[in-house]
Amino acid sequence: MNILLLLLIIPALTLAGLFLSRGKQQPRVVAALGMGLQFLAAFYLLFSYLRERAQGNAADMLFTSSYDWYTPLNISLDLGVDGVSVALILLTSIVILAGVLISWQMEDLPKEFFISLITLGTGVFGFFICIDLFSMFLFYELAVVPMYLLIGIWGSGPKEYAAMKLTLMLMAGSAFLLVGMLGLYFFSSGPADEHTFNIMEIAASGIPVEMQRIFFPLTFIGFGVLGALFPFHTWSPDGHSSAPTAVSMLGGYGCFRVAIFLMPQAAAELSWIFIILTGFSVIYGAFGAIRQTDLKYINAYSSVSHCGLVLFAILMLNKTAFNGAILQMISHGLMTALFFALIGMMYERTHTRIVQEMGGLLKVLPFISACYVIAGLASLGLPGLSGFVAELSIFVGAFENPDTFHRFWTILSVSAIVVTAVYILRVVGTMLMGPLKEASHASLAPASWYEKTGALLLVIPIAGIGLAPLWLSDMIQFSLAPIMRQLGF
Amino acid sequence: MIPGVSLLEILTVSTLMFFIGVYGFVTRKNLITVLMSLELILNGAAINFAAFNKYLYPGQPDGQFFTLFLIAVAAAEVALAIAIVINLYRRILSVDVDNVNTLKH
Amino acid sequence: MEGYNYTIWIVLLPFLVFLVVGTGSLRIRPIVAGWIGTGSILITLALSLMCAWNYFGAGAPEGGWQTLIPYDMVWLRFNDTLQVHMGILLDPISVMMLVVISVVSSMVHIYSLGYMKGEAGFARYYAFLSLFSFSMYGLVLATNLFQIYFFWELVGISSYLLIGFYYDRHSAVAAAKKAFIVTRFADFGFMIGILLLSWYTGTFDFATLTSPDGAAIAKAASVSFMGASVLTWALVLIFIGGAGKSAMFPLHIWLPDAMEGPTPVSALIHAATMVVAGVYLVARLFPLYIFGDATALEVVAWTGAFTSLFAAIIALTQEDIKRVLAYSTMSQIGYMMLALGVSGSGGEEGLGYTASMFHLFTHAMFKALLFLGAGAVIHAVHSNLMDGMGGLRRYLPLTHASFLVACLAIAGIPPFAGFFSKDEILAAALHKDPVLFGTALLVAGLTALYMFRLYFRIFWGENKSYAHPPHEAPATMWVPLMILAALSALVGFIPFGEYVSPDRLPHASHLDMSIAITATAVSVLGILTAMWLYRKPSGVPARISGGLGALYRAAYRKFYIDEIYMGVTKNILFKGISSPVAWFDRHVVDGAMNGIGWVTARVSKEIKGLQSGHVQQYALGFMLGVLALVFVFIFWLKQ
Repeated sequence: MNILLLLLIIPALTLAGLFLSRGKQQPRVVAALGMGLQFLAAFYLLFSYLRERAQGNAADMLFTSSYDWYTPLNISLDLGVDGVSVALILLTSIVILAGVLISWQMEDLPKEFFISLITLGTGVFGFFICIDLFSMFLFYELAVVPMYLLIGIWGSGPKEYAAMKLTLMLMAGSAFLLVGMLGLYFFSSGPADEHTFNIMEIAASGIPVEMQRIFFPLTFIGFGVLGALFPFHTWSPDGHSSAPTAVSMLGGYGCFRVAIFLMPQAAAELSWIFIILTGFSVIYGAFGAIRQTDLKYINAYSSVSHCGLVLFAILMLNKTAFNGAILQMISHGLMTALFFALIGMMYERTHTRIVQEMGGLLKVLPFISACYVIAGLASLGLPGLSGFVAELSIFVGAFENPDTFHRFWTILSVSAIVVTAVYILRVVGTMLMGPLKEASHASLAPASWYEKTGALLLVIPIAGIGLAPLWLSDMIQFSLAPIMRQLGF
Repeated sequence: MIPGVSLLEILTVSTLMFFIGVYGFVTRKNLITVLMSLELILNGAAINFAAFNKYLYPGQPDGQFFTLFLIAVAAAEVALAIAIVINLYRRILSVDVDNVNTLKH
Repeated sequence: MEGYNYTIWIVLLPFLVFLVVGTGSLRIRPIVAGWIGTGSILITLALSLMCAWNYFGAGAPEGGWQTLIPYDMVWLRFNDTLQVHMGILLDPISVMMLVVISVVSSMVHIYSLGYMKGEAGFARYYAFLSLFSFSMYGLVLATNLFQIYFFWELVGISSYLLIGFYYDRHSAVAAAKKAFIVTRFADFGFMIGILLLSWYTGTFDFATLTSPDGAAIAKAASVSFMGASVLTWALVLIFIGGAGKSAMFPLHIWLPDAMEGPTPVSALIHAATMVVAGVYLVARLFPLYIFGDATALEVVAWTGAFTSLFAAIIALTQEDIKRVLAYSTMSQIGYMMLALGVSGSGGEEGLGYTASMFHLFTHAMFKALLFLGAGAVIHAVHSNLMDGMGGLRRYLPLTHASFLVACLAIAGIPPFAGFFSKDEILAAALHKDPVLFGTALLVAGLTALYMFRLYFRIFWGENKSYAHPPHEAPATMWVPLMILAALSALVGFIPFGEYVSPDRLPHASHLDMSIAITATAVSVLGILTAMWLYRKPSGVPARISGGLGALYRAAYRKFYIDEIYMGVTKNILFKGISSPVAWFDRHVVDGAMNGIGWVTARVSKEIKGLQSGHVQQYALGFMLGVLALVFVFIFWLKQ
């Protein structure tokens, strides 16, 4: 059996178990076991992948297999992974497991919560292991729908509004995407001259350039909505907080795997439009974050800035920047998950998310605060943490384009590192340091074991990638060969 | 083929029936009359089937089948509709269509 | 290479201590944490001295001092040519820096055992000190630009954490934030400089970049952009990074505020080691600065000269003893930069380079001593302000003696350390430009004046009555003071030219007598002025400052640079950019999205009347629609 199917079977079995479970205790145990197993499976996949590569298997995609769904239209479920998807699968398994642990004390509707969370996870895993547009789209939608529930039911603030806004915007993005993907299908020609959804086959045959010019922007915007592309990012400040952040990685990955990989000529021609948009959103998000007072808005704007950097890097169309983009997706996924987990923990204790209403938390919540500082430092690109590796790869890659236009936007986005430092340190200085602001905060409960485990699960890879990035970046770079071939390098 | 009667004349009759039915369906307030108008529409169509079959493809049975089918459908429909009308009358004590607009809710 | 493998432990040991003490800081006993930290740093001191002995002990090899790379590994691959390595590079200046860092850091570790005793977060303090030592060792041993940037940021964050050590004080938090953000802003320049340089040369590696044939940099020198070569641009940008770390005007504003941190931290980070990283960076890339056109070096020289004068003037007016020392540090670092800026590539011309490194070395000793001495004073009287001090020589004899040695050393009185290094700097400056020489000489006089103003006001002057009689510091504190005092008195006799020169060849050091006499005379004049003004309480200083009026007030308020920065950040960055961006996003961009939703809802409200519930109306619509289609099909589309 294909090892990749395991990654779909485990969540499916977990979901089945969840449907049968009762009460508060059973669902969370089932979810934790299932996702723990999935976590191990992801590591098993990593080792199998590395073993295959070590044995000299240099195919573009490993563990490929194809299951027919509807032969008249040549629709099938095509599985396959490369270094990029393995890295992102690993990230997702970590983030989802941490998400389960951090939601351990979920009070209202725990069973339904875990079902939504794991359905979402299934969608994300499926998206990363598929190499045909049809299944990718299917899993993409599968990941988006539970977000509506997660935000609408377990969110906070104006949650119905946020959920509706997010869903409508993502659905609008999906509409673009559907057109783009169908366009790719109808202008593709597989080995037997039939239409195909398989991206490797489409890449091999190519798409006519005039069609690329139409479908590249559609696909890029379609995925870009999820990747917080300016001006389609406004779902993010309202909705981002409550939704598991692994989902926002789908956007960047989709742009990379579908838009750039399948339509390289149009990407080269039209990238300037999107470079302006993404470069702008890098700096715009950072400045937007300075003036926010609500923690979740600060991090949402910060994530607009970081996601902007992912898309910006993808548009630089060279190996270094692609590598940086993938690293940034991973780093941002871990960081944002950590941020929102910690914000949740603090909110649970202090019942506020307004930065100015807190102060001196370092003294009463040392573990949570220290993790928050680490997340913040990773976010501002401190060496030794994952953000540095990613950002630096992106900047070096972006600098490889020697024309003034690219240079200008690169330098502008580099300047975001200063602005990021400003808003991160403002929060750390106000909320964690300083004297204790509320007397009632003096007796807050310390972090419990599941909160600690969940947070450490995210902190350790952040530091690990930051200290020893070579194996990861080599694994990713090896798999960039096909896309570089497509781009004509 | 009916001697002395052309297809056009039959079609004129059926068209008249059809549009009288339409007129009645749209203007009548009484549900029973509306149903009767509906019958007119259906029968107009049935006459057309029979006439085209007889005049244009005399050897084939398709048109007559359809006519029979229509009669059966019309009978079933009337049975259903009358049942609805009776139920409505029991509920709101009226068979006036203006009082039956709950479909929009 | 053989025989230097142990140097890896100089870097790794503090890192391991940081991990152990940092993760366990809430659980292990404070004193254990203190001794783990101190013990490990003493081991690195031993290793560093051993390394220096191995490296310098045998004398210079044929062809000058070698660059050794005992350890090198690939850390990250960007593409086929550009790779980031992590490694250890030993050459005269890095070995010299190893000695400086390990000596000062060990002294500070020991001193802190007494100074920080009983503070909450004692273990955390030692964890951060270890983090800092790790980063600083990594910085000076870097084999390439990227490694130096990596550790550059790490020393920045350790500085942030240590300045903000008393994190429940608003002023400390603000100072920490300011220090990090200002240096980050400078690092933005550094980053762009690295990107430019690496793009044109295809390498980050120091050995390749600074190889004497200059092949790697010829390309960068040949491309020009806005009237200067790319190389010059890159070097100026890298210098901006160095200027931020080394508190050069106008990026100096963070250093005086950084004194909010514990005093031993100021001694270690903000006087002896981290703040000279900028000087070290320029020295590290010195062959590049020489190969480029003269502009970059001139920028370095003039920035250094201006900063040294500017800071010396402010130092004359400050009341907080740590702030006086902070401005003094700025001024002395300006001196080092000036010396680098006037240096040539080798031989007699290269005196500036040697002098700069020499001054870095001696300055580290006496400035650390000054700070630690100031710490002992603060420890005794519980105040930073000179107003509350006076006549302390009776209570603190050991501190007084060591402080006097340090003051004589920084003022450049023979035979103390500062005399020798300052003399070389002045000689190098005279060689290049009389204006720079004049500035440097003036600063030498001012240095003597403000240092002895400090000295007399603390230890002489009016006898204050103290609520608690001040007492001499414990042994953990005065032993480091004595060691550093001995070093400050003696290190000037090291023949530095033998070891450090831009062309790596040993040069005999010699004193330029005419300059030595002039400089000493100027310093003595400064000391005498200070003695006349401050030895006994008198109204003269107040009359002088009153007579200077606006000029004095401006200097006292640090020439309003802080206010300018505050104005820029508050009004332009926050009010001018951030608030409009936040508003624009919520109201225009998001408003547009909500607008689309509103239009949809509105339209649906208008057309929902069509769904009346009257079946007959629907049927009519249906009929008319069918008829319309019939007409369309019959008359329009009949072809």
